[in-house]
This record gives sequence, structure tokens and C-alpha cells, in this order.
Amino acid sequence: MTTTQYRVIGSRPVRHDGADKVTGKAIYTADMKLPGMLSGFVLRSPHAHAKILSIDTSEAEAMPGVHAVVTGADFPNVEDKIADLGEGSVNLAYLSTNCMAQKKVLYRGHAVAAVAATDVHIAEEAAAKIKVEYEVLDSVTWVLDAMQDDAPLLHENLLTDSLGKKAETPSNIPVHMHFEKGDVAAGFAEADVIIEREFKTATVHQGYIEPHAVVADYNEDGRLRIWTATQGSFTCRQQTAEVLQIPLGNVLVTPCEIGGGFGGKITVYLEPTAALLSKKSGRPVRITMTRADVFEASGPTPGSYMRIKLGAKNDGTIVAGEAWLAYDAGAYPGGMIGPGCMCVFSCYDIEHAVVDGYDVCLNKPKTSAYRAPGATQVAFAVEQLVDELAEKLDMCALEIREKNAVKEGARRVDGPVYPPIGLEQCLDALKQSEHWNTPLEGPHRGRGIAAGFWFGCGLKSSAACTVNSDGTINLLEGSTDIGGSRTSIAMQLAEVLGLEAEDINPQVGDTDTAGYTDVTGGSRVTFATGMAAYEAGRDLQQQMKTLAAELWDCSAEEITVNEDGSFSGNGNQLGFKELASQLFAAGEHLVGRATVSPECPTNGFGAHIADVEVDPETGKVTILRYTTIQDAGKAIHPSYVEGQLQGGTVQGIGWALNEEYFFNDDDTMANADFLDYRVPTMLDVPMIETIIVETGNPDHPYGVRGVGETPIVPPPAALANAIYNATNTRMTELPMSPPKLWKAMQSDPSAD
Amino acid sequence: MATVFIPSQLRELSDGIPSVEIDAKNVREIVNQLDEMFPGFKERICLDGDIAPSLQVSIDNIMTSRGMIAKVQPHSEVHFIPAIGGG
Repeated sequence: MTTTQYRVIGSRPVRHDGADKVTGKAIYTADMKLPGMLSGFVLRSPHAHAKILSIDTSEAEAMPGVHAVVTGADFPNVEDKIADLGEGSVNLAYLSTNCMAQKKVLYRGHAVAAVAATDVHIAEEAAAKIKVEYEVLDSVTWVLDAMQDDAPLLHENLLTDSLGKKAETPSNIPVHMHFEKGDVAAGFAEADVIIEREFKTATVHQGYIEPHAVVADYNEDGRLRIWTATQGSFTCRQQTAEVLQIPLGNVLVTPCEIGGGFGGKITVYLEPTAALLSKKSGRPVRITMTRADVFEASGPTPGSYMRIKLGAKNDGTIVAGEAWLAYDAGAYPGGMIGPGCMCVFSCYDIEHAVVDGYDVCLNKPKTSAYRAPGATQVAFAVEQLVDELAEKLDMCALEIREKNAVKEGARRVDGPVYPPIGLEQCLDALKQSEHWNTPLEGPHRGRGIAAGFWFGCGLKSSAACTVNSDGTINLLEGSTDIGGSRTSIAMQLAEVLGLEAEDINPQVGDTDTAGYTDVTGGSRVTFATGMAAYEAGRDLQQQMKTLAAELWDCSAEEITVNEDGSFSGNGNQLGFKELASQLFAAGEHLVGRATVSPECPTNGFGAHIADVEVDPETGKVTILRYTTIQDAGKAIHPSYVEGQLQGGTVQGIGWALNEEYFFNDDDTMANADFLDYRVPTMLDVPMIETIIVETGNPDHPYGVRGVGETPIVPPPAALANAIYNATNTRMTELPMSPPKLWKAMQSDPSAD
Repeated sequence: MATVFIPSQLRELSDGIPSVEIDAKNVREIVNQLDEMFPGFKERICLDGDIAPSLQVSIDNIMTSRGMIAKVQPHSEVHFIPAIGGG
């Protein structure tokens, strides 16, 4: 556990962007207004799968107020090339045709044309006059159906890749993964108890409150300026430049304030289209998705089918695991099956394990990341099987987890061994918690626990700090601020320099001003961009030592930077601000800078406790109490860590109990709005209690681990275990909505 | 000698051998030696002469982005694993 005492780190200063956010002054993309700006509207496919036979835009183009119309014919022909986006990669041909369909539409909502007009109503009216002739094709939206030999093929030339080996005949399966450790057959032979079950999870959406939006302004000199709601301005720049086949340096992306992303605002959807409309019209163009567009045309997270088997010895040691996973990729290859495979047994030290995973294309929107992508599905399955093993072995659910929890040195099923990690400490915190030690009583009530894991990553981040004449600092960084990261980064700079958080003025720069910075994702920003700010502060201190030596007539080696950030040497001592002011007066202007690229996973583990009450008449689940425990390494701003834990947990609760894409018989989405796609509100959840465990990450100067993603992983499993303990009904399908739970309770003779 | 783990899907090339010891300074030397030992190995994990973007190399639990030029220490443990992205 970390014991170092800090001045700023661990405190809870008011966030720098707080006043703008609560007074409505923060600028979101939809707030942008530029002189002469047009409104764009995207015409989308009404069909789940169809060939585009022809598109006639003439009537739309002739409408008064219409300035430009674009279709797939206006997009450059992008070759089948894989582009590395820093965090993940993308096939550019797929990316381009996902932005605007060419010969086929692959899901309801797939863009087929777009109009720019003087207002959005004219644009929408004009779009309705575009004549698109389709040949409707058979479609498929269930992952196992899409894997059948006779399934409708989405991509006629798609061959399954098994780590570089291509299948001979096309299918909807772009990737097959396989991991193996130990001898699985021997492991199961050694087991005294074996449990195998099938699980299904529904397609769910991140549900960010702010829809996708963009403003594009294409200058006549070939420069393209974009304001957008993105998790990564640099990856947005790269994707837009690649899709439009224009020089990267010609594109300037300014990230506006963002109303949630959770992994769904990394891929570009509207940017290239808005840019082409702007180029054609000579005017800036703004496009904002409707909520239906967001559901139907941006990336949800995969629905899945899983068949998982676990074996344990009578003493509770889990000795063997086997997983067969099939995840939706959506309309294009590149889903979340990789991390699903890598996370399925990530919490338990299992000597013998095998995992097969399949990425599967089907007629849904292309899937995107969603907080710990791929991990929540497998946790829902494995954490229930672990509970079942415990029950059969007459063990406590916590005891079996404690016995098998991974610790430093345990080998993951995909190969690498864990460095120091904190799952044991999270389970210990759970065991000591007031929640765990308070009996749950009453009919139809049950308590469940579950563990969860997400890797967390480093990647590239930059920071620059300019010292003002009064010793305060303007901090420039490139991480879109989704969860208060401006402040958590500023606090790390303040700590190293001996300043207060309020002495730092953090700004998120655009792609022309900030140093290269990868996406706000992967639970990486407080870890990696915070590290960049720390290093920029160190850079500043080195410069100031050299200059102070001149001021104090001694050598730089004689200057000491003290723990409180003050400088001393040759009988002098000044705090950071005082020295900075003197240096400024002496004509020295100071800028500290740093780029970092940490490459170690931060390994975030958590454990959750859920208490529920199930209404036997309706199947409705009421959450009575919920506690989220997580190893943060070191909480820079505990309120923000708590916020991440609570937010991720509530999203996991929605995934568990209510959220799902419903499809009509023609495979179009039936519930593309927030009335019918039900995310939890404050009336649905109790106050989520949090316990922050701090084990310290040896790869960060202050011990930070990423915290943003792990909290969404355990809730469906913890709730399923709680529901079982309340009703004696084992739920193997998400969501565990009232009708499904009620039905399961009727069909399970052992149910209460 | 670094310990290099053969991905389970490539063990058809290594006759089932799960790991080998290789004397190498960087990933390029490892890949080249593996390709000599198990012909076809390089083609399966490389694209345009570098590690395929769908993969990453783990060296002593560091997920390096340096691909073929990533340095390897004498007692390193090396894995080829899927590249992943978070939310």
C-alpha cells in the first residue's frame, strides 16, 4: 500500500473547468457557430443489408437553400490498408465505407448521402428527395447465425485470419484467436467438480449524453479545420486525412468539450462527410447526429455468445478453464474479441486453460470500444461459474476468489506474467468492508460479489508548461478531458513544483498546438499524460537550477530542489514562484516540456458487492446496496476516482438489468431512443459506495493506475450472483430485465 | 538467452514446441531466427516487414510499440499477443 504523504495529490480541489460546465459556458461542438455556416443532414439506409443500385441527387441539389450534396462517389477510393492509430488499428477501406456506403449498405442507419443547406430542415427535406434504389438482401443480427455456412455474407472476399493463416472460403468470421496454457485435458481430469454453461449478452450502447457532432471548414488553400466531439484529436486528424487522402499536416482538429465517450468517440463517423460538404459548398458545415443516428450508426459494444467450462479440486483450487467466445464485430471486422479472450480468465490463476475466440460480422453498426471492451461479457460468465463452483464445494464466494486470485507472477492465458497487482488487496478490502460484514436479511433478497480486470495502457502523451511572470503556470496538453483529467494532470504538475492546483491553468490544445497525444481511452490519461506533466515539471526545474546558479553565483550542481519544490544554493532559498518571478524579471522566459510513451499496462483490478431484492410477481430487480472496490494505485483526486467507479458501475448496472438493442423482423433497430432503450437513472440505483485501494503502481512517479474502465466489468456478474442468491435462478443472458427474469423464475423449479 | 513464447496458433509451425531460447538483441533478430527455425513464422506475424498492426510484442510485460527494433535483454520473456484498445 502507498504511504507517501503528498501536499496536492490526494486532495480534492475544485475542477478547473467546473464553473464553465455548471454555468453552461463550456463550448461543445453543437454550440459552434461560424460565419456562413451550413447545416448538414445525413441520409441513412432504411435496410439492414442491401445493394445500392443507383443514387439520384438531382432533385435535392436543385432545392433552394441546398449548397452541396455528397455520396460515396465523392469519397476517394481508399485502398485496403491497415493504419496504426496508436491505440489499435483500422482498415482504412472499411473506415471509409463505414463513413459513407459505396456499393452496399450493411446495417440500418448506414450513411448513403449527405446534404448541406442553410438550415437543417431544408437539408433534411432535400435528403428526402434523394432517390436511392436498393436491392434488399437477406440479413443477420445474431452472432451464431452469422457464423453458419449459409449465412448472408456481408463481405464477399472476407477470409478468416488465424494469426496470419487465411481460410480458403469467405465467411462472416474475420478473425479466429486461440490461446492455450498448460494441458487442459489433464487439468479437467484433475478436477473434482466441473461446471459448463452457455451465456449470451445483448448489444448495448455507451449512451453518452452528447451525440456525435462536427464542424468542418475546408479552406481554398487545402487546409481543413475541424471542431469535434472526439476522444482523440490526433487520431481524428489521422483518420480524416487518411479517408480523404489529404496530407496530415493540412488537417487541424480542435477537440471541443465532450459529453461522454466511453470508447465510442474514437472512430470518425461524420468528419470526412462534413469536410467534403464544406469543400463542395465553400462554407463551414456542421452536422449533429440525432439520438436515433447515434444508436443506429455509431458503434455499440458487441453482443456475444459464450460457452465456458471451469474445473476445480475439492479444496477449491481452480485447475482448468475452457472458453469458446463469439463476439459481434458489427458490419466491419475489428471487434473486441481480442481483449475478451485475454480477459476471460484474467482474475484467476488457472494452471490449464484454453480460449477460442471469433470476431463475427453481422448487420449491426460496426462495434466500438466501451469501457474495458470485451471484458464485461466474459466476467458475466466466469464470475457466475466461480460462484457455482463455490456452492458445489460448500465454500464461500469470497473464499474461492481469495484462494484463486491472481497475484504478482501469475501467468495470463495469453502469456505474459503479472507484475505487482492489487486483486488480493481489493478482495481483502471487500472482506473488511462494512457492507460485507452487514447481514442482508429479508425475503427475495440476495447478495452477490464479482471481480473484474482491465489492462490499462500507457501510449504517447505530451505536456508543455509556460511559466508566467507571477510564477503561475499555463499547462498545455492534448488529452480530451472527459472525467476531470485537466485537474488530475495539473495536480501532478503542482505536486512536483510545490505549487497549488489553482496555480496551474490547464488547457487542452488542438493538433497544431499540443504535442502528439494518443486518445483519451484505455484508462491512460491520468497515468500517462500525468506522467508527461510530471516530466515537464522536472524539465522546468532543471532549467531553473541552471538559471538560479547564475543568479546566486554558484554552479548548477550546488542548487538543490527541495521536497517542497523550493530551490536552495549558496546560502539562498526561494520557493518556485519567487524564483520564477525573479528569473522573469531577469529576462528569462521558462517553458518546460516533455513527451512520454510508457508501455506498461497499469493492471486495474476491482471487486464489487451487490445486494438486491427481486419482486417475484414481476421479476423487477431493486438494488438495495452496492459497493465498488478498486485498486487505483494512487488516487490523484479521490473525488474523480470515486466518480469513475460510480459512473462505470452504473453503466454496468444498465447493461445488466435493462439495456439492449431490440431488432424488428427486418433486422432494423426497434428502440433507437432513450425512451425505449433504457439506461439507469438516479431513481434506479442507490448511492454507489466506493472503497479506493492504493497499492501503488511502480511504473508511475506517484503510483497511478488507470481506473476508468474496470468498474463496468463486475456489475452484471455481481448482480447475477445476487439474483441467484435471492431467487435460486441462474441467469445466463443479459440483460436480466424483468420479463426475462420472471420467465426464468417460472421455468426454474428450484426458484424461490 | 531470451525466452520466446510461440503463439499457440503458430505451434503448428514449431511442431508443438511452446517456447524457445534465443540469443538476440532485438525483436528483428528474434523473428528472423524463428523464421529460420520454423519457416513461415515471419510471414504469419509480419506485415510490410514489421510486426502486423493487429499484434503487439510483450517484452518483460512491456507492450512495446517499437516493433522490430524493440530491444531484448539476455533474460527477457517475449510474447506476441493481440493489440488491444480500451474505451
